[in-house]
Amino acid sequence: MSEEKKKIMFTVRKAPHGSIYVYEGLEVKLIMAAYDADISVVFMDDGVFAVKQGQNTKALGIKGFEATYGALVDYEITKVFVDRLSMESRGMTEDDLLVIGEDEDTEEPIKPQVVDSDEIAAMMAEQHNILAF
Amino acid sequence: MLHTVNKSPFQNTSLESCIRFTRPGDVILLIEDGVLAAQAGTSKSAMLEEVLAKNEIYALQADLQARALTDLVPGIKVTDYEGFVELVEKHATHAWL
Repeated sequence: MSEEKKKIMFTVRKAPHGSIYVYEGLEVKLIMAAYDADISVVFMDDGVFAVKQGQNTKALGIKGFEATYGALVDYEITKVFVDRLSMESRGMTEDDLLVIGEDEDTEEPIKPQVVDSDEIAAMMAEQHNILAF
Repeated sequence: MLHTVNKSPFQNTSLESCIRFTRPGDVILLIEDGVLAAQAGTSKSAMLEEVLAKNEIYALQADLQARALTDLVPGIKVTDYEGFVELVEKHATHAWL
């Protein structure tokens, strides 16, 4: 009876704000969160800039999405990963990453998990669908 | 799995990233400006030769023809739209846009 949940991965490889990709990708993630799917998100290449904390888009006159990313865990999107090499080669460390929610019990902030490319490649191989943004 | 790359390797790092996340047995399909990587004798040829030891690489015929690319890195297979569809049918796909 129990059918395997669909595994859907989002890859984010574009930098934020210079194009609509990251924003659109976030919208799709929140929509997909409404379905009973096994969702994961991977930030790689310039996509790692999308999860840098302290983004302020006020002067650009656009909404920004740091607050929405901060609610990913509330949307039950908890499998959020950052490619280590992409992050490090762009001068970022784990400390620079924004918070995606907080632990229900401890109220500790939850951040994306930094992983190596072979781990990401292995996860990619398990997916039913991968949506690239 | 199938990786599609549609950007020129001379202007964009998509192909490099794709290769970094490609596992043995995965297939790479070059389309649109991605086919520029398929040419023999470029600064990227050695990189493709290395990949070809573990992975199949295809290039889309229509895009090669449109760009007058005939001299390809040995081992790269040329496919048409029908072949493209067959590859997508066979594998889960990631587009390195």
